[in-house]
Amino acid sequence: MLLRTGQTSRGAIEFIKVTKRFGGSVAVDTLDLKIAAGTYCCLLGPSGCGKTTSLRMLAGHERQSGGDILLDNHEVSGLPPARRGTAMMFQSYALFPHLSCLDNVAFSLRMRGVAKAERHAKAREMLRLVELEALADRLPAQLSGGQQQRVALARALVTNPAALLLDEPLSALDPFLRGRVRAELKRFQRELGITFVHVTHSQDEALALADLVVLMKDGRIEQQGTPFEVFDAPRTAFAARFMGGHNVIALPANGLVAVRTDRTQLRPAGEGVVRATVRGVEYTGTGFAVALAGPAGEDWQALVGESALRARPLEAGEAVGLGWDEQDLRYLADGT
Amino acid sequence: MSSSPPDRRPMGRPVAPLLQAAPLALVLLLFFVFPLLATAVVSLWNYTEYSLVPDVTSRNYVEMFEGCSDFSEGLCTTFGTYLSTLRLCAIVWAVTTLFGFGIAYFLAFHIRSDTVRMALFLVCTAPFLTSNVIRMISWLPLLGREGVVNQFLVGTGLVDQPQDWLLFSDFSVVLAFVHLYTLFVTVPVFNSMMRIDRRLLEAAQDAGASGWQTLRHVVIPLTKPGLVIGSIFVIVLVMGDFVTIGVMGGQQIASIGKVIQVQMSYLQFPAAAAQAVVLLGLVLLVIAVMTKLIDIRREL
Repeated sequence: MLLRTGQTSRGAIEFIKVTKRFGGSVAVDTLDLKIAAGTYCCLLGPSGCGKTTSLRMLAGHERQSGGDILLDNHEVSGLPPARRGTAMMFQSYALFPHLSCLDNVAFSLRMRGVAKAERHAKAREMLRLVELEALADRLPAQLSGGQQQRVALARALVTNPAALLLDEPLSALDPFLRGRVRAELKRFQRELGITFVHVTHSQDEALALADLVVLMKDGRIEQQGTPFEVFDAPRTAFAARFMGGHNVIALPANGLVAVRTDRTQLRPAGEGVVRATVRGVEYTGTGFAVALAGPAGEDWQALVGESALRARPLEAGEAVGLGWDEQDLRYLADGT
Repeated sequence: MSSSPPDRRPMGRPVAPLLQAAPLALVLLLFFVFPLLATAVVSLWNYTEYSLVPDVTSRNYVEMFEGCSDFSEGLCTTFGTYLSTLRLCAIVWAVTTLFGFGIAYFLAFHIRSDTVRMALFLVCTAPFLTSNVIRMISWLPLLGREGVVNQFLVGTGLVDQPQDWLLFSDFSVVLAFVHLYTLFVTVPVFNSMMRIDRRLLEAAQDAGASGWQTLRHVVIPLTKPGLVIGSIFVIVLVMGDFVTIGVMGGQQIASIGKVIQVQMSYLQFPAAAAQAVVLLGLVLLVIAVMTKLIDIRREL
């Protein structure tokens, strides 16, 4: 249904030794990152990790202190935002409250001096794309969160960018809507064939959407790869903890290791590799989440199937042993 | 409504809210509505050199506009005075709006630190620590024939002789008004600007807007409520003024406020009241037009 379906991908992005300092502190530290054209890339990390700063440097709203940023093999560092071939979708959308949806979408065309009839026609086309044509004359305040999000998307796409930059695009939506909009974003990205760079602190979002997950910490890339690579094989304890679904366990012989909670096996006390105490059992619908405390008070968890738990009920305070298959063990880089 | 608590009377109005609103209502009634009505009533009275005569007469209004239908000898006194007042008002409005907007813009968008912003804002209000009259009169030794400015101009050889237009002129009146009232525009405009989401400016920049385009298409439309409120302050204050125009204009510049004051000093209260009613009508008209341009209540 989109206009540019099947077109060759655009929007190859490259950060080369990009650094950003604010006063004395370093927000982004010699970042090297390659994003292939037509990739859905999620910059993931806790607040203050430099993900938003990286996005803003790419958009041109922040000037890097050092290094180069390339878009489709052109250096864009010196260019103003509108001439980079990027478009930004702001957190909570930043729609102009005094302009109708149509005028919001047409804004950038108006700034370029496109005649009224032409820019309105183009804006209407974009609104049709996001299925909001009927609400073209409404003000942003008269729209729901999801609708505002789609107006913002239309406004960003009207300039036909090579890369769309999204700053926490789902954080202003309620959880129910978030899932639906997430699917829509992915569909748009696939059909437009352009690069999406999406900043988020939610690993669920990154896992669900991304072709490339870039996990950041303290201005550096902690780990990057496909969602499966980053989730299944965390490189560090931080990665394992941030992505969730892992128990980080200190083994005397191997240092820190990570084992997925769904691969952590509960054994009778005295058996297994490490000891643990059951803190409580939560029903998750598809099974049970057993909260565990390690010998030093570590927070661990084991996901247990319904039938397994019924066969062998657990009570809070009960001592158990934890075990795993050798291939489920992930050795962490910062473990020794 | 399926059920209501038993201790609550379903019928009848609660009294407490009315009582709470009563003191302010009383104050407004006594000091705002009553004097206004009294003025309107007195404007219909008759008068002689030494007495007021309760009456219902149109004499005061008729005399005010005497000869105004005949334009062959130029404008009548009343129209001339109104025109002069409106002209002054327009100039002061334009200058205070320009300065007020500029100062507010600088404070809101160029100052990054909240502390510095607050400090500069307090500096702006510093003139208000002295009285209106003192602020006005301080201009006299500065602008007079032997004043500081003239001494400087003559001393540096920029002019041959002292300049008369500096004081007791339109210039000095406008200068004093701008000095007195720019803050009345700055404050509401600043308030409007501080409420603009900074991301909107970035969004405009992202869309390729230049600085001027951002100003015209984003900042000014979103600052309109503040501009209108500031304009109302300035217009109301200037239209009714007689002190500033009197002192700074050397009692030579015609204004409606001055006319009313003179009539009062001759004890022609009904005539003064009629003037006041017409002036009030005109100012309300101006405000109505301005609020028509923008719905303040919605914007607030």
